[in-house]
Amino acid sequence: MSEGALFRYVLGLADDQLVLGHRLGEWVGKAPMLEEELALANIALDLIGQARLLYQYAAEIEGAGRGEDDLAYRRDERAYLNLQLVEQPNGDFGQTIARQLLYAGMTQAFWPALAGSADARLAGVAAKAAKESAYHFRHAALWTVRLGDGTAESRARMQTGVDALWEFTGELFAPSDDEADLAGVAVDRAALKVGWDAAIDRVLAEATLARPADDWMASGGRQGLHGEHLGHMLAEMQFLQRAYPGLAW
Amino acid sequence: MTEAPNTPRLPLWEVFIRPRNGLAHRHVGAVHAADAEMAMLAARDVYTRRGEGRSIWVVEARHLHASDPDDKAALFDPADDKVYRQPTHYHVPEEVGDM
Repeated sequence: MSEGALFRYVLGLADDQLVLGHRLGEWVGKAPMLEEELALANIALDLIGQARLLYQYAAEIEGAGRGEDDLAYRRDERAYLNLQLVEQPNGDFGQTIARQLLYAGMTQAFWPALAGSADARLAGVAAKAAKESAYHFRHAALWTVRLGDGTAESRARMQTGVDALWEFTGELFAPSDDEADLAGVAVDRAALKVGWDAAIDRVLAEATLARPADDWMASGGRQGLHGEHLGHMLAEMQFLQRAYPGLAW
Repeated sequence: MTEAPNTPRLPLWEVFIRPRNGLAHRHVGAVHAADAEMAMLAARDVYTRRGEGRSIWVVEARHLHASDPDDKAALFDPADDKVYRQPTHYHVPEEVGDM
């Protein structure tokens, strides 16, 4: 096991939560209803809280004098190691819920598995995140069923959201080279696929939605390869620290 | 928050939170939701963000029957002149000592 592999592993996990947390934060001020605005913001705050713990740990592993803010605000797109699913734009409410369903469907099994990691620090973060992600999945699943099994309009939007994001689900279960190097510490994500399939199929069936075919799948997020959207998101998220480096509240 | 014109209104649910073990559920507000399960989630997100709750009840507002303000006099005034219903109305004789 190399320090570099552990650093990149923790950084990738932190990036997943921060990017998705920021995306959900983009709903604040324009959610379809007050109750849902608070729910999405709550989930965003859970994710950003997880990201902070992971960035702090990553900064310690690196030992190069960088802190959590440096890692979040002063790395460029290609240095971000998040899975491509989380960087996808919010789209309409149906697409946001689809992204939540597909992602939380993975994390609700991932965090409990990581809670058994040989790395005590990661295990601690994971134990906290496990409870939060269980709620995130429940929230997404309930909405998926109500939108899917709702009106013709809500059903069409929910199906469109799931279809549009399906190509980013392959990456959820494709271990990176670093993970293979971190046996005992990292979670074997490939092994989570069976449980995810069952959970997602159950929700889609109840929602009367069709499961898309496993066709071409995007990959490369953990290697810093991203779609066209992440750069724009980071430009907005990082603006203040880029314009006024080191600015503090 | 924005709301498109003609958005169908979701039912209103009254929310009751039990603050700590041993205390009764207290009315804290209301949320809009399609059904009880969603109302529970909304109540959790809106009203228990600072660790306020140990238990949540949601009741669809249409199932609550409220007293009519016009009936106030008939319902409540008769209690006003029955001071003997207040514990402080009674004088405890000296002989009783410390109760």
